[in-house]
Amino acid sequence: MADEHYHVLEFEKPVYELKKKIEELKHSAREKNLNVDAEVKALEDKVTSLRSEIYKNLDPWQIVQIMRHQKRPKTLDYISMIFTDFTEMHGDRSFGDDKAVIGGMAKLNDIPVMLVGIQKGKDTKENIMRNFGCGLPEGYRKALRLMKFAEKFHMPVITFIDTNGAFPGLEGEERGVAEAIARNLLEMSHLKVPIIVNVIGEGGSGGALGIGVGDRVLMFKYATYSVISFEGCASILWKDAAKASEAAKILKPTAKDLLQLNVIDEIIEEPMEGAHVDPETAAANLKKALVAHLSILLETPLEELLEKRYKKFRSMGVYTDEAQSAI
Amino acid sequence: MAWFHRPKYTIIRRPAEKSETKIPEGMWVKCEKCDSILLKQELDDNLNVCPKCNFHGRITAKRRVELTADEGTFQAMFENIRPVDFLKFPQYPEKLASSEKKTGLTESVLTGRAKINGMQVALAVTDFFFMGGSLGSVMGERITSLIELAINENLPVIIISASGGGARMHEGVMSLMQMAKISAGLARLSDKKLPYISVLTDPTGGGVTASFAMLGDLNIAEPEALIMFAGPRVIEGTIKQKLPAGFQRSEFLQEHGMIDTIVNRKDMKNTLFNLLSNIRSPKQYAGR
Repeated sequence: MADEHYHVLEFEKPVYELKKKIEELKHSAREKNLNVDAEVKALEDKVTSLRSEIYKNLDPWQIVQIMRHQKRPKTLDYISMIFTDFTEMHGDRSFGDDKAVIGGMAKLNDIPVMLVGIQKGKDTKENIMRNFGCGLPEGYRKALRLMKFAEKFHMPVITFIDTNGAFPGLEGEERGVAEAIARNLLEMSHLKVPIIVNVIGEGGSGGALGIGVGDRVLMFKYATYSVISFEGCASILWKDAAKASEAAKILKPTAKDLLQLNVIDEIIEEPMEGAHVDPETAAANLKKALVAHLSILLETPLEELLEKRYKKFRSMGVYTDEAQSAI
Repeated sequence: MAWFHRPKYTIIRRPAEKSETKIPEGMWVKCEKCDSILLKQELDDNLNVCPKCNFHGRITAKRRVELTADEGTFQAMFENIRPVDFLKFPQYPEKLASSEKKTGLTESVLTGRAKINGMQVALAVTDFFFMGGSLGSVMGERITSLIELAINENLPVIIISASGGGARMHEGVMSLMQMAKISAGLARLSDKKLPYISVLTDPTGGGVTASFAMLGDLNIAEPEALIMFAGPRVIEGTIKQKLPAGFQRSEFLQEHGMIDTIVNRKDMKNTLFNLLSNIRSPKQYAGR
């Protein structure tokens, strides 16, 4: 933790300070040959309780900070930790190959599956190559091509969402990013194989939903999913992007919120301080959930599967209906 | 003032301020595009289309229904479905109330059965003047219910969009999910081989474009309508340069393969009828 490369989040600073103090104490004790075991033990207990106190009561904006942690595992990290024999499949067969939206075949234990995900970069260089995880139309069309491939060969589809949205630019508009996303929503709603959607980091609006329709939607504890960026929402509401933390509280974008609203089916646990601290544990948790859900979905007759998927999205929405409540 | 104290910019008058012509209240209006001064009545009679330059001004959903459905045939349905401020979003109840007052609508979409030249259809029209025609739970539920009605009654579906706002942020991710919900409905409609025509009018954007507006068996636009995924200002912010003229207008979209055809407002009703007649003869539909 005292690793200087470690990016300390604002709200973690009290813990970080305390840990630094322990190190200093140990260091000076060693020099002066004193026994400070009792003091160290007391301070370490304090670290533990302080830490669990902080992480028990995270507000949405603190969760956003963990979600945006630069070391947070990305789609390809989970693919390599959970699956075997991944072969990336490139291109949409009509325009090009988007590096932000990736996919290919792999095995989950012994089951062949089709993986589709949005890949953010791990550093600036990769981020430029990946367009910061902002998909172009050809990316969404590649995703659809792979899903149709999966349907043809009876392979379940597993998708990974981590994007702040589809790329808002000239070329995206010219090549019809809206149509590409819309088409995916329609096709995914009746694709004849099981689909499991995983929100692993940032679930940004239409660009996320474009690979987000499925039989199950799983979400990591510290992932977020929102109709608009928190900064964008704050600019509209208060003409001040700096109030993003307020917007995050209003928009209810956390896994806990979305489970309550029935937008997601299950929260995948992360290590207390976030998946970046211990990616293997996060990946193991996700794998366990994927295996469990997939075994149920693979047992479900196709007609029932599609009916349930339809009903799942059909039932989303909060409104009043006087005619119904009168009955 | 000494020259070095002068401001380093030139004051350019906005086009709106340039004309000092006093327009008598309510009688005359100016075309947004060509600045022609027009009699309000004349513009109204011409369906809010400028007789000089063919600029298609925005119209309300109610007016759109009048122009599309045979007189007295539109039956508004699902009107009991009403919005809820479940996120306690700032200003949402006030915005809903003022929109209701302004438009006389209960939400941003009208849905129901209608007849077009005697042909029964399921019709939805979104209203830009109701919170930008934005997509929230109510629009999602009303349109999906309409699509299911069309499936049950063997009707073609027409959705006319005027939704600049896209998905409504006041209902958070629930608005986003309406895109999936309506698209799933359209998938079922398509599986039943029932036609869906999407009519895109000024403006259609964001989550509406990225769901039902782009999913028509036929996508038809009015001339020069702004049709987009991301708004021009957002894109200018991304690419840090001015966008080309005509960018994201109907003609641009047709040029780029997203729109089947562009139809003038006065011809829209007959075009819809003719196209649907080609897909299937009217008598093949169950509705009379």
